[in-house]
Formats: sequence, structure tokens, C-alpha cells
Amino acid sequence: MAIVETRKLTKVFKQGQPGAVNHVDLETREGEFLVFLGPSGSGKTTLLRMIAGLETPTSGEILIGGNVVNHLPPRERRIAMVFQSYALYPHLTVYQNIVFPLKAQKVKKELHKQKVEWASALLGIGRLLDRKPRELSGGERQRVALARAIVREPSVFLLDEPLSNLDAKLRASAREELEQFQKRVGTTTIYVTHDQVEAMAMGDRVVVLNQGTVRQIGTPQEVYDQPADTFVATFLGSPPMNLLETDDLIVGFRPERFLPSGLVAGSGSTDEIASRMKTEHLLLADVGKRVPLRFRVEYIEYLGAERILYGALEGGRFPGKAVASRIPSGVTERYEANSVHDFIVPESELKFFDRASEKRVAPKAIPWQ
Amino acid sequence: MAMTNRKLGVLMFSPAIIYVLAVVGVPFVLAFVYAVGDVKIASVGYHYVGLANFRSVLESPTFRRSLYDSIIFTVGTQVVVLVGSTVLSLALKDRFTGRGFIRFLILLPWVAPVSLGTIGWKWILDSIYSVINWVLVHLHFVRPFDTPMWLGEPTLAMISVIGVESWRLLPFSTVILLAGLTAIPRDIPEAAAVDGAGFWRTLFQITIPMILPIVNVAILFGVIFVFTDMTVVYILTRGGPYDTTQVLPSLAFFTGILGSDLAEGAAISIFLVPILVAVAYFMLRVASRAEVG
Repeated sequence: MAIVETRKLTKVFKQGQPGAVNHVDLETREGEFLVFLGPSGSGKTTLLRMIAGLETPTSGEILIGGNVVNHLPPRERRIAMVFQSYALYPHLTVYQNIVFPLKAQKVKKELHKQKVEWASALLGIGRLLDRKPRELSGGERQRVALARAIVREPSVFLLDEPLSNLDAKLRASAREELEQFQKRVGTTTIYVTHDQVEAMAMGDRVVVLNQGTVRQIGTPQEVYDQPADTFVATFLGSPPMNLLETDDLIVGFRPERFLPSGLVAGSGSTDEIASRMKTEHLLLADVGKRVPLRFRVEYIEYLGAERILYGALEGGRFPGKAVASRIPSGVTERYEANSVHDFIVPESELKFFDRASEKRVAPKAIPWQ
Repeated sequence: MAMTNRKLGVLMFSPAIIYVLAVVGVPFVLAFVYAVGDVKIASVGYHYVGLANFRSVLESPTFRRSLYDSIIFTVGTQVVVLVGSTVLSLALKDRFTGRGFIRFLILLPWVAPVSLGTIGWKWILDSIYSVINWVLVHLHFVRPFDTPMWLGEPTLAMISVIGVESWRLLPFSTVILLAGLTAIPRDIPEAAAVDGAGFWRTLFQITIPMILPIVNVAILFGVIFVFTDMTVVYILTRGGPYDTTQVLPSLAFFTGILGSDLAEGAAISIFLVPILVAVAYFMLRVASRAEVG
């Protein structure tokens, strides 16, 4: 177990060009599952590779367990890494793959078999030990890569998009398994992904990166509900947060908080609302002050569990502004293209950003008409 | 329509067939015919003599010596080339300033005409004008007038022909191995580094096993190339001193063409066939396995 820390960590690949990673300061907690989340090119993989020792930092420090490891080769950092491609040794059997780190780290020979069996049992791949990687399915390969990483009990796990090569269904189950597995072994884990669902589902905390800088570090709830800036606000959530620009402010609200006014408590009797919904747990709470907006629906995406309405505001202060609304399937109201509806946003759900810096600022009252 | 296409196909294909038949097939058959006959240059007529030529060849000490030399020459060259090209390809794999130029230099021996290159080496190894000896004398490793006779002393002569043949084959082998190395995904050696493997462990347990199919191809091509080559030996030593660097192709040439005993020359060259067939068989097997894997 160890804490990983970076101090002003910077990587510039080509001199004169913007850095891939710029002055990143972060610190994991003991046994934490920390997720690096960002779009491609955000520097998350480069950051991970610097921690692993596969990339030399241009400046700054990396500490593992309190010691500066900048000058240490990967093998002396007591880390294990799972690559996006899994990087299994294709000419070796699963057993030989898993035992490789033990041999390389000069673990006593008597312990090899026992440790490989322990790791393979932990991941449920005991019956695959004699196979070659090419005879395995994607999910099995991913487990072998994990077993190879866990077998020597590293102090830190580094995972580089390990689920991105799996199909959607397998990815969901592998995600849950991986999370449980990490909780069981309790090893500090850094996980790189561009998939916000993965990040939200698995991370104890999420580091949101863009263009090589940290935009926000926080729990999944914090980064979702309290985004530090407009990048975080729009990168998380699908569809992204609706943003409306006004004077020196940007006002944002999540599509799932932008709802038909008739379906929010306070706009009619509870019975009346309940009768318009199949399920009752959705929007009944009194949300306090509300901002009414006229919404012209332009097209509708039906996603089963919900509907996404895309359209534009009508009249008011932001005529023609494109916004989206997420309506749970419990709402049976019909919406058609080119119809105009009364929607509301609870005032407590509004986020305010400074227009110049794009950073979040304290709520302000703005005129909506 | 179908018929026209067929005719066109045959027409387009026939030059290749004719070429292979005329340049490889006919001489190949002729070699068998001559080997069991009594043909000499300028002799008239043909008498079947059975295996007499083979018997006479097998009894000849020169032939046995040449067979032995051929094997030493081929194996020696393969060892030097394999080690050299592995080192070179590993060194040339990663980017560095001047890599393009160094790659060009290493490829030069392959594109230079073999006879010209070898004539250059003949001067480098000359008993009087050798630059190597000049350097050695000036570095006081050897005394003047007692310099090594690179091409005049049996062991040194064999070392010299192996050295020059390796020089010639090295670029080819390096390029093949480089292709193999480039095909290894970058993640694999990185995973090995994270797993704790150092340079040698990565080399012997990961890199070399992974490029083994390609190494096999390089070896098999190399064996065929060296085993059938007589240019280097012919130009440098003419098989001397005392036939200690004589290889089968050069012996066949000296016996059959210069010695005008076509039948015996043919018999000698036919000894190459089983060995080359075996090599070719392995080569095809390796190639087909590499495709499947």
C-alpha cells in the first residue's frame, strides 16, 4: 500500500509545443481508487506512464510511498500496470505470463506456484493456466493481465483503460468485478479512462483532466454536482449540462433538472401530478423557487429508460438557445417535434460560471426575462 | 469469353514459366543427366556410367574437405550474422539522431556488387598491402615482416572468408530482424519493464522468442544464400590454401568448368540438392506456421 503524489509534474514532448501534462499536483489516499478522467489527448495516459516510469517527466516530482522515484526505473517502483492492450506475452502460457513478474523480481522459486494459484483463483482463471493468450477471449485476457499485475502484491496498481477493449455488456460486469476486486485487495489504484460512466461508477475520487491540466479532483458526486468549471460541467453528463451565456456569466443546468413544469410539485395537486406519472418517486418534492422557461422541442431520442428532448428556448432572455432535457420513462406525457412546452428549472439547480475564466462562481440572481 | 480469358491467362503466365524452366529447370535436369554420364568439355557423345562419378567424388579427399569446409563456412557465417544482426537491429530499432544515415551505411554491402566488394576485401586482406596489418603494426600488436597472412594460412583464411561473407549477409539479416522487432507492440517490452525484467531478461525471454519465427526465416535464407555462394571464396582464396577454404559450389566450378570434367562437376553440385531441399522444406513450414500464428 502506498500513496502516490505528483508535484508540479510536467511533460513536454516537443520543445515549444504545449505540454502534454502541465504542473499536475495530486495525491492519492491510502488504498484509494483514483480515476483519471479526460478526453483523448488530455494527458491522462502520459500522467500514468510517468508514474509508472515509462515516460520521463520534463519537470516536477513523483513520490511513491513518500520517496521521490523520478530516477527509478519502473521495476524499482513497486507498481503493477495493466495496459489497454493487456500486453500479454503472446509466446507464453497464462501460467508463464503470471509467473513472469515473480521470476523477474527474483521471488523464491518455491513460492511461484502457490502465488500464481492464489492470483488465478482470485480472478477465476485457474482452468486457463495452460492456454496461450491467443486462445483466450477478451474478458479472459483482461483477467490474466490483472492476475499478472496482482501476483507480486504491488504497492500501487496502474490501470490504463483496461476495459475499453471489451464489448458493452462485458464491460459493465468487468467494471463491477474490478471494483470489488480492488476493494478486496485494498491496493491504491490509479485508473485511466475516457468513459465518464466508468469513472463515476468506480472511482473513490475522480481527477478530471483537460489539455494536460487538472480541472477538478473530487468524489464522483462532487465533480458531477459541483463542477469546478464549464469543462467539467460539459464533460460529465450525457447530454452535457445546458449552458446559457449572459453578460459576464454563464448559467448552467443539467438536462435532468430541466423538466415539464406540470410534473414538478407545487404546480398542481399531488394527485394530479401522480396521475400523470407511472412512478411517483421522481419529481414530487417541492423544489422551492423555480425558473420558468418555454421550450420548443425539435427532436426526440427514445432511449428506453428515458427520453432526451433536444430543442431551443423560446422568448425570454435566451431565445433560440439550444438546450436538452432528460425525461424519465415514468413520464408518459407525449412530446412531438416542433411543439412548445412550459418547462422549469429549480433555482437551486442552477450553476453559475464566470464567463471569462469559466470557473464556477457563487449563485447570483439574474433577470430571466 | 471464358476461353479467351483462359488463353490470356496462359499467355500472361507463360513467360514466367518459360524463364524458370530455361534458367532453373533445364540446367537442373542436365545436372542429373551429366552426373550419371561421362561428359567432358569438348567430348562428343554420351555414355551412361551409372554412379561412377559419385563414387569417384566420394573417394576424393578434396571433395570431403570441401563438404566439411562448406559446413564450417555456412554455420560460421550464420553464427556471426545472427549475433551481429541481432545487436544491430536492437541498436537501430529506437529513434536517434543519425539513425537514417547509419541504416544506410549498414545496407551498403547488400547493394554493392558482390564481386566489387569482395575485391575490395581482397586488398584489405592482402599479404603485402593489407590495411589491417598496417594498423596492427602501427599499434604495435604485430611486428613488421611478421604480419598475419589473412588469406595464406588455413585457419585465418577460413576466418577471412567467413568474415567477408558475414559482412555481405549482415544487412539482409538486419533488415529482416528489424522488421520483426518493429512488429512487437511497444506495450510488451514496457509491460516487461514494469514487471521487473531488466535488459537481458527482456531480450532472452520476451524479444527473441517473439521474433523467433522471423529469425528462422533469416537463418534459412542465410543458409541457402551462403551454401550456394562461391563468389567470396572464388575471389578471395580460390579455395586455397590447399583447398582449406574450398566449398562445394567452388569445387564444382573448378572441377566441371575449369577442370572440364562436366560429369564430375555435376555430381558434386548434386550433393547440394538434398541439403537445400531440407532447408527449403523447413523454410516453407516456418512460413506457413508464421501465417497461421
